Amino acid sequence: MNFLKTTTFLVAAALAAPLAAQQDGGRLDIVVQPEPPGLMLGLVQNGPTQMVAGDIYEGLLRYDTDLNPMPGLAESWTISDDGLTYTFKLHDGVKWHDGEDFTADDVVFSADVFLRETHARLRASLAYVDTITAIDPLTVEFKLKEPFGPFISVFETGTMPIVPKHLYEGTDYATNEANATPIGTGPFKFDKWEKGSFIHLVKNEDYYVEGLPHLDEVYYRVIPDAASRAVAFETGEVDVLPGGSVENWDVPRLTAMDGVCSTGKGWEFFAPHAWMWMNNREGPTANQKFRQAVMYALDRDFMKDVVWNGFGNVATGPVSSKTNFYSDDVTIYDHNPDKAKALLAEMGYDGEPVRVLPLPYGETWQRWAEAVRQNLAEVGINVEIDSTDVAGWNEKTANWDYDLAFTYLYQYGDPALGVSRNYTADRIKKGSPWNNVEGYENPELDAKWAKAATLVSADERTALYAEIQKEIVDDVPVAWLMELEFPTIYRCNIHDLVTTGIGVNDGPRNAWIEE
Amino acid sequence: MDTFIAVLSRIAKAVLTLLAIAVLNFFLLHAAPGDPAVVLAGEAGAADEQMIAQLRERFGLDQPFYVQLGKYVWGIMQFDLGYSFRQGMPVSQLIMERLPATLILTLTAFFISLGMGIWLGVAASARVGRASDSLLTTLALLFYATPLYWAALMAVLVFSVWLGWLPAFGFETVGANYTGLARVLDIAKHLVLPALTLGLFFMAVYMRMTRASMLEVSQMDFVKTAKAKGLGGAAIRRRHILRNAILPVVTLAGLQAGQLVGGAVLTETVFAWPGIGRLMFESLAARDYNTILGVFIVSAAMVILFNIITDIVYRIVDPRIGARS
Repeated sequence: MNFLKTTTFLVAAALAAPLAAQQDGGRLDIVVQPEPPGLMLGLVQNGPTQMVAGDIYEGLLRYDTDLNPMPGLAESWTISDDGLTYTFKLHDGVKWHDGEDFTADDVVFSADVFLRETHARLRASLAYVDTITAIDPLTVEFKLKEPFGPFISVFETGTMPIVPKHLYEGTDYATNEANATPIGTGPFKFDKWEKGSFIHLVKNEDYYVEGLPHLDEVYYRVIPDAASRAVAFETGEVDVLPGGSVENWDVPRLTAMDGVCSTGKGWEFFAPHAWMWMNNREGPTANQKFRQAVMYALDRDFMKDVVWNGFGNVATGPVSSKTNFYSDDVTIYDHNPDKAKALLAEMGYDGEPVRVLPLPYGETWQRWAEAVRQNLAEVGINVEIDSTDVAGWNEKTANWDYDLAFTYLYQYGDPALGVSRNYTADRIKKGSPWNNVEGYENPELDAKWAKAATLVSADERTALYAEIQKEIVDDVPVAWLMELEFPTIYRCNIHDLVTTGIGVNDGPRNAWIEE
Repeated sequence: MDTFIAVLSRIAKAVLTLLAIAVLNFFLLHAAPGDPAVVLAGEAGAADEQMIAQLRERFGLDQPFYVQLGKYVWGIMQFDLGYSFRQGMPVSQLIMERLPATLILTLTAFFISLGMGIWLGVAASARVGRASDSLLTTLALLFYATPLYWAALMAVLVFSVWLGWLPAFGFETVGANYTGLARVLDIAKHLVLPALTLGLFFMAVYMRMTRASMLEVSQMDFVKTAKAKGLGGAAIRRRHILRNAILPVVTLAGLQAGQLVGGAVLTETVFAWPGIGRLMFESLAARDYNTILGVFIVSAAMVILFNIITDIVYRIVDPRIGARS
């Protein structure tokens, strides 16, 4: 209804008058939570760092909300027919914030030298790359060893941030003094970081896109308490609450305020997907019937409506419906306690308790674990909640010390980048929580995942991924829960805040404030 | 002279205590699950063995435990608190950046609570049994029993959200770039709510203790003597009763003073006060071993320092203490 009203209003406004001109100037105060450990995006890639440093550093490409590539530092690009050669034409006249010229050498240094050493996620994709060469100062060519379907999706700021060669070449990256005053090519320059209070960015007057950015300055505010963050928005101290910065139950109260808007957009590239790892190695969870029983026992619509205040979607399988290659032709697990009980009886479940490890990311996740415990108790599964802090969670999941463990992972626009890493046997590795932690092994599917990654044709990939989804959903290696949605809450006089599929990290680039 | 020797021997003991604290904390921290490399890798949302191994090597976590401990203790003995790999700067620098904010907050709260507490305690004891005494003791009980966290949120709700009188959080107005007196006033405005929140609890404690102690001492023979001498009520209370009644309050004030560095974690969190308590808490969550050990050691040093100061104050308030030892 609200949507309808807004639409009608917009249409009416558009008919009545030409669109208001974008206004320059102004300051935006955005909450960043938690405080980033550092801002050198090539070295640190956690969420808060990406959000702040995404204004300072840039990638070759950006992606729209349908995940199509858009120009970034590269103004155009071509992919050869065999899918092996990617050629990028760079923007002319781009300067680093310290005044040096940006050239193809910076790109080669970043991708081939710097990030190979520092960026674990990109390293996995760079394994497909044979050579990276600067053809001329404004042209870069990536040659692959074999086709890699998702390669066009690795050029976003957080995945392949371009870092200044002139500051880092030949230095020890981790201790380089330049890390404290990050130098990028982006729309905003680093000015000041008062640890524990705020990070101040100022407009890059020499930004290479004519007319951008509109804002004069951006303050990222560090407010450690969730209730205080809500208050900060209420009292007008901050203008933008990025997704996840207040607890879910505060969202309806804040969005009901006058002149406050919210959007779930800007996360399409990441498509956070939540599930519970089920330990496939030992205990009741090693039994496929038990895992299916868990799926039938969970009332995921209730979780969505109550725990997440209606935000997000129930997940049907490993791939998010927000990304390409999603298929809904899979077994649907509805809330069916009787079926769950029947499956448990069939396998002869003896009441052995299972340990549930919640994600220590605040009250919402704690409540989610309690909802799961209640659902499982209803079908006769004994549950113990094993609470811990972030370090403890990392340690326990990385060393497989759990039965059921909550997590969520980004999909990064392509199953080969963000999905398969959780299901293939070659990604079963103790010591990291970002791989096949559940210990699922299915050689037949492994071959399909591998093949789907290296196919050139998108149609063939779609067909193969559909096959994979159908099979894996019956195996239930993990208990898929939800496609999460983290609404961005902001004042309605801020326009164009979220315009891309990575909008959470490049919002201020296009944003402008209507006086 | 006695005092001087006593202080010297206390300092010698203090150094040993500090070293023991450093070693003990080192063991405790390393016993907690996870390490900084795992946390950093976890935050990156992706990690492979190479990354974790690189991080551990950089942090020195790949070395045997006793080597790590030995290096740390050796560093401490040279007043070197080590390097925070997470924050990319020396721990001493990190602590010095955060220390002023914390001290402004905790010292303000300390003096408010001590001053008000003693004053109200004396006032209540002078009116014992009357309505004003009941009102004061009831209020004190309320402040004493209210959880700090809740009191803080309510204060914000009333004074910032509803009334709009005071800023809800923060150290100063961000981006206003005030200087001189304007900046002092700005910080003072931001200081009101957190300092009161933090101070109310101790104020209640001091008040109750002062009142009880005053009442107890006022029954003693020397007070009767003073009255018999014909001294006025106010003079007796101030010079005779209060001076004898203050010792337990001094003990407690010494305890509170020991928490000046590390005791404001909750207040700093709710009010987004960029102090050392939050640094400690966040470093603990991140398993930033060096930083948190550094904060522990500075806090421990403060506790020891204030214990010594308390002892000296005892001797001033009650000269018999020095004479006895």
